[in-house]
Amino acid sequence: MTSTACFIIVSRNDIPIYEAEREDAAQLHQFILHAALDIVQDLAWTTSAMFLKAIDKFNDLMVSVYVTAGHTRFMLLHDSRNEDGIKSFFQEVHELYIKILLNPLYLPGSRITSSHFDTKVRALARKCL
Amino acid sequence: MIGAGKIKQYSNILEKPLSKGKQEVSLSAFAFLFSELVQYNQTQVDNIAELERRLEDAGYAVGARVLELLCHRDKGNRRETRLLGILSFVHSTVWKVLFGKVADSLEKGTEHEDEYMISEKDLLVNKFISVPKDMGTFNCGAFVAGIVRGVLDGAGFPAVVTAHFVPMEGLHRPRTTILIKFAEEVLQREARLG
Repeated sequence: MTSTACFIIVSRNDIPIYEAEREDAAQLHQFILHAALDIVQDLAWTTSAMFLKAIDKFNDLMVSVYVTAGHTRFMLLHDSRNEDGIKSFFQEVHELYIKILLNPLYLPGSRITSSHFDTKVRALARKCL
Repeated sequence: MIGAGKIKQYSNILEKPLSKGKQEVSLSAFAFLFSELVQYNQTQVDNIAELERRLEDAGYAVGARVLELLCHRDKGNRRETRLLGILSFVHSTVWKVLFGKVADSLEKGTEHEDEYMISEKDLLVNKFISVPKDMGTFNCGAFVAGIVRGVLDGAGFPAVVTAHFVPMEGLHRPRTTILIKFAEEVLQREARLG
């Protein structure tokens, strides 16, 4: 019952700072997510909400996006329809991201290398998605 | 055992909850830390412009984090997409959290469309600092200007932010004004959003 999922965090300057894959179809998934960045760019300025739901489709895969106050984008490529699960996943990851950001030695916009963060994100993905 | 109680030991910062924390910090501790910051930077640079720039960069790092944290904590995860929205966010929410009170005033510049000013009678960082005559127009408020620039930049409103002293009648010390000059793209996007 594994559903395909690929999660990336893209900084304000359109540089991916974190990636997590459920299965190994890496290139195509990342390509789809990067192509969706343009749509996010426009959509982000039309609403003050952070969760932007499903903004793009590719075959049977959907792209959902969550934009933070600092314009860091959490993008999820998935084939399930569990919107509430996705929303709570994004909110939990947002809290983790803020904790990483509060580290004064972390340069905003640089790659997140913490293995604890990786473990927690994967655990959340298993729980919510 | 001293302090035996409900203190949980967290192995990792990611486990610790993002609480409101202590609302207040000792003023003297902050003033001391800030004076050391200024003095340290003074030894590293040769001129005033460079010193102001370093203070601004220090503030920029604070601003970027304050934006994310406050939007999550105090604004229930709503982003600011309009100019007036982000300005009032800085003027009230950010000021309240950082200095314990809202800023004294927020004004729109009369000469240029893209200029706004936040004024403060007695800016916290300038409270215990006196600037010698030979440093000219140096203003430690550059730190706060950096914080504001960090917040605006993070939210997608690039701007040039500077701090100035404005002498006021009837006040012994001059008022500090943070001057915000938005980039062209911000005004264009504002016009487009209507």
